[in-house]
Amino acid sequence: MSFKNISITPGWEKYMTKEYQDLVERGPYGKQKKVSEMGSFKEVLEEHPMCAGCAMTLFIRLTMVGLPNPEHTILIGTAGCGRLALTQTSIPFIYGNYGDTNAVASGLKRGLEIRFKDQAKDVVVMAGDGGLADIGFSGVMHSWFRKERFTTIMLDNEVYGNTGGQESGMTERGALLKMAPKGKMFDKMDMIGLAQTSGVAYIARLTPTNPTRVASVVRKAVLIAREVGPTFIQAYTSCNIEYAIPTPKVMDDARDIESKRYGFMEIISDEAKAYLESIEPAKKVKK
Amino acid sequence: MSDSAGVKDVTAEKLAEIKEAAEELSAGDRQKIVTPEYMFFEAPRERAFITGSEAAKEAIRRSNVDVAISYPITPQSETMQQVGSLWAEGYVKEYYRGEEEIGVMSAIAGSSRAGARSMTATAGPGLMRGMEVIASWPGGRIPAVLLIMCRVVNCPLAIQPDNVELAYLLNSGIILFHGENQQDFFDYTMKAFIISERPEITLPVAVAVDGFFVTHARGYVNIPSKDIKLPPRNPYAEAVPAMDNENPPARLSRDAPIQKSNFISYHVHASWQQEVWAANDRARRYINKYMGGLIEVVNPEAEIMLIASGSAVSQSREAVRQAEEEHNTKIGLIKVRSLRPFPTLELREACKNVKRIIIPEFNHMGWLHREVVTALYRHSTAEIVPGPRVFGGMSMPTEMILQTIFPEKKFSF
Repeated sequence: MSFKNISITPGWEKYMTKEYQDLVERGPYGKQKKVSEMGSFKEVLEEHPMCAGCAMTLFIRLTMVGLPNPEHTILIGTAGCGRLALTQTSIPFIYGNYGDTNAVASGLKRGLEIRFKDQAKDVVVMAGDGGLADIGFSGVMHSWFRKERFTTIMLDNEVYGNTGGQESGMTERGALLKMAPKGKMFDKMDMIGLAQTSGVAYIARLTPTNPTRVASVVRKAVLIAREVGPTFIQAYTSCNIEYAIPTPKVMDDARDIESKRYGFMEIISDEAKAYLESIEPAKKVKK
Repeated sequence: MSDSAGVKDVTAEKLAEIKEAAEELSAGDRQKIVTPEYMFFEAPRERAFITGSEAAKEAIRRSNVDVAISYPITPQSETMQQVGSLWAEGYVKEYYRGEEEIGVMSAIAGSSRAGARSMTATAGPGLMRGMEVIASWPGGRIPAVLLIMCRVVNCPLAIQPDNVELAYLLNSGIILFHGENQQDFFDYTMKAFIISERPEITLPVAVAVDGFFVTHARGYVNIPSKDIKLPPRNPYAEAVPAMDNENPPARLSRDAPIQKSNFISYHVHASWQQEVWAANDRARRYINKYMGGLIEVVNPEAEIMLIASGSAVSQSREAVRQAEEEHNTKIGLIKVRSLRPFPTLELREACKNVKRIIIPEFNHMGWLHREVVTALYRHSTAEIVPGPRVFGGMSMPTEMILQTIFPEKKFSF
């Protein structure tokens, strides 16, 4: 976005809401913010209709901080809880049809590359485990095989939260959920393994227990997708409603699951690593 | 003369530079941009004898297309293969073979939202597979062009021409043209881009022809030079903003508080649907301007009128000729070019004094018959004959049409 698009026409400042003025004056546009600065700048997502204690919402807020250039980013989502928050960001957001995210992102990114040769436009898909591993599975896999240059972030709450708690392919075997009245009959899908097999340039698995890490992983994923190839982040973002996690215990659950089966994991291709090293030291020298 | 030798060298160097720069330009870059009016009406044309698929290719070559996404299905495959060679030659900027039709139609939504001029093509079962997405394009106010080469919708499996699939598109909000022959396929396709991207329209346009009869058969097509092309798309002059983050942030989704069941929600959706159909209706003006109207009428004074679209028009033309030359009877013919918007008022006017209407169709359920009956209800006293119809891949002998025109005579077919 050219910054002028959100700037207030001179003389109209007093008619704009405080929130909007804050976004223009203290938003994250044009300068990468840090997690430690949260509270001192206007986030692109603040108000949202998500459930109290929702880990996914925390993860989405941290993701927004991690975006290297929110002013040149377009978000894509599909049906699911995540999009209820994503629609409230001050970043263009596309909600299309069920499970179409990675196909839409492929066309969008290629179209933007034709139109903006000198300005990187980042495309970021954020959708749930059902949206990406079940109904959108073919689109996700083929976007990886084609080496489409955008980031896919799976908000993995291991359930269809928005439709009221049905099992998904990412649900753990044995979990008792709607449409799995005898417990889920097969294992959680190995999307990390599939991402590796299809040659994704950067893969990360994490939980929101370490906020700085979330922002840093997102930043890397978006930068690598810009120049090298597809990137994938799989994040455990529990559904405290469907899994009956008491609100104050949401982060305890995240730490527990992290220690048992969702530990931080990062897989980066040599090319992606070399690219990151080529841009990050330059930044350090500047400081 | 060292000086002149020096001059010579510089010139040679410069020439080489210019040549190099020219080679760097793609074939598309070297085409001259002309106005739609010049392209459609004024540019000198040469006659070619080509298939419908080739006609589509030549239309795309001159349409300044940014993104084309393909997926094979008979009888469409040949067209998107040829568009692939246009990309290889540099006439189309981006091209790939998608994963399947839901993926392709979704990617077209993506590239169109990026502000790029986008097109794809499909047929029968492919259209059905992509339908969830295609039916969402009008609501998304996606300017794009979809070419359709009609074939049987399975099951049982068949690849033959039958245009029942168009029945499903009629209620989607998409603008829908039905071409009679290779020339129509060439002309309608180019015009579709311009109509689709009009600010007051901003809707997808589908151009359908009957598979094989048009796509695989050769016909004469008058085409302008390949050195000219249509003006590029301007995504900032359309009804909804391009999602390129060069506009103030927008979202293609309703806010959470108004997406579920409440009064505001109903109104948001209701007014949006009304606007989609109003935009569809606004295309009339440009169909009249660029395509010579939503219908074409042959022998307007006739008391018996054939109403047809697609390949059924060609068969009807021949039946009209035979009726006049062999049976000394003047029969009228209305060719329906645009199915959406539908030529309701035009049909009422053209059928004012008609006593008998016959509607030949290449599908079993007779969607055109239903459309015509709805349009003429209480506006015509004519008997409206449902048919004749062929389907499942059959061709329609003109004798079949003549038999309906002259029930008292005996035709063999």
